[in-house]
Amino acid sequence: MAGEVRPNPPAEGRGGEIFPAAVLSVPDAVPESPEAAHTGLAERGFALLCRSAAFAVAGLLLAVFVVLGVNAAPALHTFGFGFLTTEVWNPVTERFGAVAPIFGTLITSAIAMLIGLPLALGAALFLNEYCPHRLRGPVIVAIELLAAVPSIIYGMWGLLVLAPFLSAHFQPFMTAWVGPIPILGALFQGPPFGIGMLTAGLILGFMVLPFICSVSCQVLATVDPVLREAAYGVGATTWEVCRNVLLPFSRTGLLGAAMLGLGRALGETMAVTFVIGNSHRISASLFAPGTTISASLANEFTEAVGDTYLSSLQALGLVLFLITFIVLAAARLLMRHVERRAAQ
Amino acid sequence: MPFAFNPVRRLAVCAAVAAGLVTGTAQAAEMTGAGATFPYPVYAKWAEAYKAKTGVSLNYQSIGSGGGIKQIEAKTVDFGASDMPLKADDLDKNGLVQWPMIMGGVVPVVNVPGVAAGQMKLNGKVLADIYLGKITAWNDPAIAKINPELKLPNQPIAVVHRSDGSGTTFLFTSYLAAVSPDWKSKVGVNTAVEWPAGIGGKGNEGVANFAGQTAGSIGYVEYAYALQNKLAFTQLTNHEGAYVKPDSASFQAAAANADWKGTPGFHVVLVDQPGKASWPITGASFILMHKSQAKPENAQNVLKFFSWAYANGGKMAEDLDYVPMPGPVVKLVEGVWSKDIKSADGKPVWPAK
Repeated sequence: MAGEVRPNPPAEGRGGEIFPAAVLSVPDAVPESPEAAHTGLAERGFALLCRSAAFAVAGLLLAVFVVLGVNAAPALHTFGFGFLTTEVWNPVTERFGAVAPIFGTLITSAIAMLIGLPLALGAALFLNEYCPHRLRGPVIVAIELLAAVPSIIYGMWGLLVLAPFLSAHFQPFMTAWVGPIPILGALFQGPPFGIGMLTAGLILGFMVLPFICSVSCQVLATVDPVLREAAYGVGATTWEVCRNVLLPFSRTGLLGAAMLGLGRALGETMAVTFVIGNSHRISASLFAPGTTISASLANEFTEAVGDTYLSSLQALGLVLFLITFIVLAAARLLMRHVERRAAQ
Repeated sequence: MPFAFNPVRRLAVCAAVAAGLVTGTAQAAEMTGAGATFPYPVYAKWAEAYKAKTGVSLNYQSIGSGGGIKQIEAKTVDFGASDMPLKADDLDKNGLVQWPMIMGGVVPVVNVPGVAAGQMKLNGKVLADIYLGKITAWNDPAIAKINPELKLPNQPIAVVHRSDGSGTTFLFTSYLAAVSPDWKSKVGVNTAVEWPAGIGGKGNEGVANFAGQTAGSIGYVEYAYALQNKLAFTQLTNHEGAYVKPDSASFQAAAANADWKGTPGFHVVLVDQPGKASWPITGASFILMHKSQAKPENAQNVLKFFSWAYANGGKMAEDLDYVPMPGPVVKLVEGVWSKDIKSADGKPVWPAK
């Protein structure tokens, strides 16, 4: 715009011929102007605010970690490394071990990713590549609404609808047909109550699905249209475009989407508590009840009596904190690795 | 522009003043308590009626027995409430006094096709073996033998227990330990135990839910929950070997036969009590207060409320399927109040003038 107004564009400098020098000089050259001083103060104040916000977040994280560590110390001191390797969870004799909740947390999250990830990716690719334009908007809104459903609703649906269905149809079928197969069959043993690790994993899968899908959609949409057009232009099929253009160019973003989902699955509490059976035991069967770290905390914290019991529960919290931390760190490393390989 | 804001501001000031007044008066006469969730409905109902009559309100937080014990030990509330009685030693250590306020019964509930409420008979040993995971099907000979008139299916038993710590679990495991040496040595008694079998539901409603919808399940809940959820409760054998059905009469029979007088700190767990009509899993919910009261007028307010509840709250309790304390026990309790609860300078707080 300035170019249009200027009668003689200056060959060099910042247009000193047109504007008075005072206006053009940098603010610190005119400290006596009250307006400029005000601007400087606001500027510094804003910077300070932003900085303290950032430090507050980091401080909060540190505080959570320290408090968990301090409160978990008595239990870790009593049980030592055995806390991480024993399955016993006995409030009567006050002996506690974290294996069953850790096992449950990891297995249910793994099932959730196994179910949620392919569905979410499939849906995202469909929405970006195959979906008629008019359908796209409504479907994306529906997926985002699904992400906004409170977790307790998923829990209730799991308990009242999914569990009876699994118990009446899916579980007897699997026990009869897959049960006799060695090794694989061990996953599908036990009475069909509809409550257990598998149900919890399924519910978690449905819960992470909209998260992963909605982020993946956005990630896929950022792939440069020129690349896509060019690929179609040289005669690639939609599958080939997805396989060779879209996925490679958005893999870091997709990995991030998956990690977001995994983070939610690891920490989800209410929905899992409804359907997992809340039992501190490990079983090879996916139909057997189990527990997760967050479900144990939600169930037992309010009524835990005794210092060892309370401390053990907080030690569980610390373990979850560390698991989440390790997962995020691993994701970061993986992403960096992928980016480096892509760059080569 | 300022004119446009004015009415709003005036309104805001009025609201703030009004809020201040309301909270001000409420603080002037408010009792605070925290603890057990099981008696919360009846405490709330009593508090409502008591406030309508006297203007004194109760702020009771049903955060669980464990939390209630912690809060009263920390003196952040006027009284604590626990479903599990504290042992006399623990009471002395913290300078607390404890008494039973209200009773209820715990009942096993089953979900077996064709079996209605009150039809199935169980005894302590069979119940313990089911919860130990030794009896795993409904047509097991041990169950069939005591239920010759029932047609029991070949269906796996889904054992349902509480996943949270609870006074209900304390009573239930106390009973199983009293009747089964196996249970006593392998599992034991507590508000939460290491369950040998089964799935856990959170709260009475969680167990009621699982038991209600899982075919072949057995669970245990407070009597009120069994009635409200229309669950099929069972009969049980009591200490005398007689089969009894759970109802207020059999709960009261258990309480009447208990030795309240000879037990320090009212540490009475009403399981497996003598008497042909006694329901074997009955329990009281307890109130905890400090013996030495820094604010005697506060303590007096609280005791007045409980005394009023003992005298006038029976009907309200029965409406909610709780069992009021028998008269002789109330006399004992009020005797303990006047003997043990004192102001900081040693003057008795009760009877209130």
